Amino acid sequence: MTLFDKIWDKHVVKQIEGGPSVFYIDRHFIHEVTSPQAFDGLRKRGIPLARPAQTIATADHNVPTWDQHLPIKEALSRLQVEKLTENCKAFGVELYGLGHPYQGIVHVIGPELGITQPGMTIVCGDSHTSTHGAFGAIAFGIGTSEVEMVFATQCLMQNKPKQMRISIEGELGKGVSSKDIILYVIAQISASGATGYFVEYAGSAIRSLSMEARMTICNMSIEMGARGGLIAPDDTTFEYLKGRKFAPAGAEWDQKLAEWRQLNSDADAQFDHEIHIRAEDIQPMVTYGTNPGMGIPVTGTIPGEELLEEKERPSFRKALDYMGLQSGNAIKGQKIDYVFIGSCTNSRIEDLRQVAAFVQGRRKADGVEVWIVPGSKQVEAQAQEEGLHLIFEQAGFQLRQPGCSACLGMNEDKIPAGKYCISTSNRNFEGRQGQGARTLLASPLSAAAAAVTGVVTDVRELLG
Amino acid sequence: MNINSTAIPLEDENVDTDQIIPARFLKATSRDGFGKNLFRDWRYNNDDEAQPKMDFVLNNPAFNGKILVAGKNFGCGSSREHAAWALKDYGFDAVVSSFFADIFKNNALNNFLLPVQVSDDFLQQLFTTIHQNPASEIAIDLEQQSITNVATGDKAFFDINQYKKTCFINGYDDIDYLLSMKSEIEVFESTH
Ligand code: SF4
Repeated sequence: MTLFDKIWDKHVVKQIEGGPSVFYIDRHFIHEVTSPQAFDGLRKRGIPLARPAQTIATADHNVPTWDQHLPIKEALSRLQVEKLTENCKAFGVELYGLGHPYQGIVHVIGPELGITQPGMTIVCGDSHTSTHGAFGAIAFGIGTSEVEMVFATQCLMQNKPKQMRISIEGELGKGVSSKDIILYVIAQISASGATGYFVEYAGSAIRSLSMEARMTICNMSIEMGARGGLIAPDDTTFEYLKGRKFAPAGAEWDQKLAEWRQLNSDADAQFDHEIHIRAEDIQPMVTYGTNPGMGIPVTGTIPGEELLEEKERPSFRKALDYMGLQSGNAIKGQKIDYVFIGSCTNSRIEDLRQVAAFVQGRRKADGVEVWIVPGSKQVEAQAQEEGLHLIFEQAGFQLRQPGCSACLGMNEDKIPAGKYCISTSNRNFEGRQGQGARTLLASPLSAAAAAVTGVVTDVRELLG
Repeated sequence: MNINSTAIPLEDENVDTDQIIPARFLKATSRDGFGKNLFRDWRYNNDDEAQPKMDFVLNNPAFNGKILVAGKNFGCGSSREHAAWALKDYGFDAVVSSFFADIFKNNALNNFLLPVQVSDDFLQQLFTTIHQNPASEIAIDLEQQSITNVATGDKAFFDINQYKKTCFINGYDDIDYLLSMKSEIEVFESTH
């Protein structure tokens, strides 16, 4: 059996002949954007929320990243956040809203509070719910109708997906991080290469990663179409969880730990598809196009369309046009206007530490605007405690307040049309960071290097 | 259940839900009215309804209908159900593509927008037919799980989960079924 099978089987309430399963959900995260219509659904049916204690809410997508103590200026955003507050109150859901010390991006706070645990099933009306899979949980994004189903019954109707294992063996080179691993994988198999699959990441390169780094990888599973990604829990996982606010403690911890140690794929487990990658082949990556599969090593050149099938060429041309880039050109040296270090992919304390260590004693290039948006209030507080804010200040980087921010530009943090932004987020879609904005996805280190030089840079050349 | 209609061809591949409905329109707290913002940034210059982008297919008066025929990997990216609401609200009853992203597919089914997956070849033929004659129809028969390119007579069959098919035909949704399972769910919880 695979790790996925083991968790799946424990959560099937009923298997419908030739159809989906009634599938039980342990934890349900919600935020302001995809929940209001689901709450209204409960009201229309006149039913309560089935398990409020298993439901956790935060405000993240819409929130400003300056002056969070003031009322939200933008009327519609304010309304949505107020609706969430009202709904949580009416239906008895714990809300870590603006001003709360636990507020933050939903996929950052779940793990850091110890709510996300191995062996669980976790959903949220948000595709990057796959992040939580880093703990050895089945975690996936759902639509608003499904949010309503979980509200109403704590269950979903689910068909078991196919399974893929991606094994990455060996050691990562200097300046190469987990973000580069996942950008490399997606570039290899394309933005739809894992559609219909749940992915387990395995191999020595994965085992050696911290929890933060594992979350970055699982987070972007959705960018290759996968339903989710997961990693078997191990001592790194258990050490991370121990002592966290909602993690089990005392005798319960020992009992859980014994259960969690059973959570791995058997030696003879069968996968529908297997991919093997050598860590040594991975270099710092950067995207040049408008889907996350359009990535190349930072030393590479933007590919031409000759390798593509005829019918794929118009979309490819459209992407390059939008980006204002040309086939055959090097990506290194491309001018950058904005740097965004944030999002549920890379806004954890480890990301901020890495960036701070790199920029200490350096300064941002003229004309470049650099935004660092911590993933949560706790990350923000930790960064301040460690004095990282001083390093950022000296480097000319703005340390803002937590939220999704320029990852999707629902608040004021938008990249202006035509400008280039190197971003540690997960999507380089047209208009994602603002209408006409041009996004290049990269690791926090690569983003920090570009901040310092003002152009796309091979960070390895700047590392001692 | 049948959907017979002319179709609108959107050949782009990897159309993500950020294009279908840009994030700034997700601030609504109801399900209604998303149709006017469907593909907003592909439809208008400067976000201005007085300045339509005439080369975008929804603005081409030659094409209309209740079926959207779209390039491979339609609906990837964000899980926003608003994408399905926008397509449905605009007037589509079915989307045909050679590949759908998973979450979009579920969202579509939950909103009675039928996702019809066909082969790459069949999809290309549909594009060719529609371009040659925008008045030609596509006939989708859910009962039979078939789709016919009426002009050429070519017919293909598509997969749909039997449970979902029944829901679709009878207008049931998953919540009704799940609510009927309540006591079994409680029994499950007592030992979980
Ligand atoms: S940070 Fe970006 S990807 Fe993550 S939950 Fe927020 S909007 Fe979605």
